[in-house]
Amino acid sequence: MDVEKIRKDFPILERMVNGKKIAYLDNGATSQKPREVIDAIVRYYSEYNANVHRGVHKLSEESTVAYEDARRKIAEFINASEEEIIFVKNASEALNLVMYSYGMANVNAGDRVSISIMEHHSNFVPWQVLARRKRAKLEILDVGKEGELVGLEKASGSKIVSISHASNVLGTINDAEKICRVAHEGGGVAVIDASQSVPHMPIDVKKMDCDFLAFTGHKMLGPTGIGVLYGKKELLEKMEPFLYGGDMIIEVKKESSKWNALPYKFEAGTPNIEGAIGLGVAVDYLNKVGMEEIRKHEIELLSYAIGKLKDEVTIYGPLDARKRTGLITFNVAGVHAHDVATILDEDGVEIRSGHHCAQPLHDRLGLESSARASFYLYNTKGEVDRLVDGIKKVKRVFA
Amino acid sequence: MSIEYERIVHIWKNPPNRGEMKDADLVAEGANPICGDKVRVFLKIKDGKIADASFTGEGCAISIASASLLLDYLKGKKVEEIENVGKEKVMELLELDLSRNPSRLKCALLPLMALKSGKIR
Repeated sequence: MDVEKIRKDFPILERMVNGKKIAYLDNGATSQKPREVIDAIVRYYSEYNANVHRGVHKLSEESTVAYEDARRKIAEFINASEEEIIFVKNASEALNLVMYSYGMANVNAGDRVSISIMEHHSNFVPWQVLARRKRAKLEILDVGKEGELVGLEKASGSKIVSISHASNVLGTINDAEKICRVAHEGGGVAVIDASQSVPHMPIDVKKMDCDFLAFTGHKMLGPTGIGVLYGKKELLEKMEPFLYGGDMIIEVKKESSKWNALPYKFEAGTPNIEGAIGLGVAVDYLNKVGMEEIRKHEIELLSYAIGKLKDEVTIYGPLDARKRTGLITFNVAGVHAHDVATILDEDGVEIRSGHHCAQPLHDRLGLESSARASFYLYNTKGEVDRLVDGIKKVKRVFA
Repeated sequence: MSIEYERIVHIWKNPPNRGEMKDADLVAEGANPICGDKVRVFLKIKDGKIADASFTGEGCAISIASASLLLDYLKGKKVEEIENVGKEKVMELLELDLSRNPSRLKCALLPLMALKSGKIR
């Protein structure tokens, strides 16, 4: 994997901030986009913009083919079939779809839904609301000292077990296959929030045996506003639509309507066509580089960064790079994360600070906030060095 | 590091007006859940004027420096003056232009927002 060559594909990496070339280390929030993705969106609007699944004219045929082609690429990318890939806005919408269409119909008073304390708000709040509305019990699995999920067996018997594949704060990679097994053994379904894993490692939904898998496009080199819900066909077929309107129907009469086939039953209204096309091209790009290669590169960066940082800052989550995704959340003793981020920004090092949409986890760890550096395929050891230098500067300034 | 931010960090290290006030006439609290900043401000009022002011709290350098400088500015002024203070004034006191930095502006405005929500006992 030639990182220097990859970097040339990302125009934004040339951007200067405060007179310095950026070191973009906020990939957990969103990734940058390669020229090919940007060009694909421009080409769509310059050459064949038309609504999909509607016209019979040339442009509409072209846009429909491109949109469906993107679906096929994404299906292959996670080893699903095309009718199991539903385009949504983002992972939050994907998880809300499951909550409303599956959860509301299948969870009753006294039932139990299991999540974990490390969930992003998008995989926390919907289940909290479902439990309240249905008077079900919300069970929140805890984390251990190394940021690992503990007490998974307690989730057995829950109607829904919804847990992230990788934590956006701790970096912990959870054993998704085991989560699914535990959910199934107790007669429930498994929902995996893969927002932080699909961009960074190979994913096979058949091997994982999840019932639903949610992820977003913009964290994996694609545009914003496009996300994916994978669902097992037999479950999706039984579910009621989430949104009603155009394109999701096969026939509309005065009295009632008939729903369209999968996946269109869940895609009401004109979709984000350029988003889907852009995401398809992003998947091509990731395939070209190779997901195994990307994972290896991130483990290398992580090991390097953890080695340099472990005596400088408090790192949260597992210290073994193989147990976490390419991100490091940390705090500098006595300094607020916002101040860390501001001082790093002065040198063009872009990291995230705050609670990263994981307030329950911060409460659990007794933290107000934390700083996070997150890596991707285009990041280098040189950028990690700039991060480390910046942190040393923070410590000097605030000493 | 910019000279302006250096000044903020300098104030943060030893912020004037920090401390609890037992006999305050106004106590108000503000919190910014996004970053965990928390501030509590205390005013002593005499003849309609702010006779003394202090604050307690935890937060980033900007929110702490903002509390320090704002209370310094308000001491001796009429209570009604609080209503006239806006974000421009806070940025002027901080000597920081945060107009294109909305997340940090929120930190800077926290003490003022707390103060404006407070009621005189």
